[in-house]
Amino acid sequence: MNSMQRARIIGLFYLAPAVIFVAIFTAYPLLQMVWMSFHNWSIIEPARWIGAANYVRAWTDNQFWVSLGFTLKYTIYITPILMVFGYLIALLVTENTLLRKFTRGVVFVPVVIGLSVSSLLWYWLFSYHYGLVNRLLLDIGIVDKPIVWFGEDADRALWAVIISIVWKVVGFGMLLFVAAIQAIPQEINEATMVDGATYWQRVRRITLPLTARTVLLVTLFSVIGSLLAFDQFFLMTAGQPFNQTASSVFWLYLNSFPYLKLGYGATLSLILAVIILVCTVAQMWLTRRTHA
Amino acid sequence: MTAEYTLEAQPTSTTSLGGVWTGRSKYIIGAICVALAAIMLAPLVVTVLASFKTTVGQAALPPTYFPHELSLDSYAKLWNYQDGLPRYLFNSAATALLAIAFSLGLTIPAGYALARFPIAGKEYYFVFLLLALIIPYQALITPIFFMFASLKLTNTLVGLAIVHTAIQIPFSIYIMRNSFEAVPKELEEAAVIDGCSSWQVLIRIYLPAIRPAIVTVALFAFVMSWNEFLAALVIMNRGVTFTLPLVLAAARQETSIGGTDWGLLQAGITISIIPCILFYLLLQKYYVSGFLSGAVK
Repeated sequence: MNSMQRARIIGLFYLAPAVIFVAIFTAYPLLQMVWMSFHNWSIIEPARWIGAANYVRAWTDNQFWVSLGFTLKYTIYITPILMVFGYLIALLVTENTLLRKFTRGVVFVPVVIGLSVSSLLWYWLFSYHYGLVNRLLLDIGIVDKPIVWFGEDADRALWAVIISIVWKVVGFGMLLFVAAIQAIPQEINEATMVDGATYWQRVRRITLPLTARTVLLVTLFSVIGSLLAFDQFFLMTAGQPFNQTASSVFWLYLNSFPYLKLGYGATLSLILAVIILVCTVAQMWLTRRTHA
Repeated sequence: MTAEYTLEAQPTSTTSLGGVWTGRSKYIIGAICVALAAIMLAPLVVTVLASFKTTVGQAALPPTYFPHELSLDSYAKLWNYQDGLPRYLFNSAATALLAIAFSLGLTIPAGYALARFPIAGKEYYFVFLLLALIIPYQALITPIFFMFASLKLTNTLVGLAIVHTAIQIPFSIYIMRNSFEAVPKELEEAAVIDGCSSWQVLIRIYLPAIRPAIVTVALFAFVMSWNEFLAALVIMNRGVTFTLPLVLAAARQETSIGGTDWGLLQAGITISIIPCILFYLLLQKYYVSGFLSGAVK
């Protein structure tokens, strides 16, 4: 055995644990999910092959469409808000002065705390009697009686969730945007400044085009994250009223676990996974081009 | 994306977009910065302060923005809530530490192998290890639960730590491989000439050289595991195995008599965010570089 072969074997030995781990805890469940989706599968009864019946059931399941529609609506509402705010904040704090670095650091703080914890925090802030949001709105005089944020109207609940999530994740986009803006060569900015372009003209003609890839990348992050939303709805709206605010992941969770319809849960998972896959492929294609 | 982005002092590029900000607009920009920072901090500050309200203060209607007198009532309630705060803290911390141990134990050798050994089909293995990027764990949670039920891994800290490790594997592998590749090969060659085995090279040469990657992987594994909710909700269904987010969610749902105990919830939120904020303040550099490289992986 020569040293090359030896190195190969030793290398595989180092690589094996991680590969086996992923095979067992990611690849196998993935195959199992496909398999389960063609079965009537619950913990109690033995699995029974039912062909595409679970898929037909999803097609005719009203709540599946309500959840998917609601998740898409959430995604379509929150993504532009996150992009615009993230970018404006990035423009505001890109410069490396003390105050701006401090602001940057503060805007990023909510990113590092847990989504479940921030959802509970906002659940309190938006609560009817004891929430400070209602207290503040009453004090300013915007409303004359407290608002029922959760449980009454799906749209109102959606906006409360959106506010909480924008607070939670806007710092992530800001971070990537600041990095992208700072990567713009100094000379380009200086050249346009000599031209006498105004600030917003420079943003539109120089900064935005030169950071467009990052904007797209963050957009995709936001879309994927929003399509997979669970914690914020489970903890803030609890799906109320009438499961109108139950996101797609929420609906698959309800089917798989409280209802123990694992086969149908797997089907919903697979449908969601395919939707996400499209976004991920776009994202990977984009990052590859960013590096090239 | 190659910018040296730091939240700390950085002497270069002070005029990246500025320079035009003079006089009045400079103060307006400054005021906007201060207002923005205040808005971002306000929810956290009022929650932390509210956790120190007395039980009487908690019940005040309309609610007060700040406590009139400070007390540890809410913390005392949380301390004794159901199986007790120490139990939940232990569960959360132990799961997170196991997730760190698994992540490092798997990805240090794998990163080493991918960066330094002539393995046939190396790139295929690498893509395979990134599988979790393509398929979100939210979608895998149903089969994982079924598998864990038959392996008797439900309601175990090890089981939950395994899921958390699996979620983090693509990030961890990516960071490790890059980090090993960045170490100059000459260091290793010198050690090999000295007669070191590949294991000794890993321990003596590489581990000190990749320390930033180890910190980054451990930090992200910890924060991810400490905060993760859905997998914990699915895997842990006995109260005594609950992690911190789970017990807080349970407290939120206790709407039977008198509704949610807000003080207890606020105390729990405060305790949950302490390690996150602490690590953020201490390891900001790793956070920023981790997020930046994680985002473009």
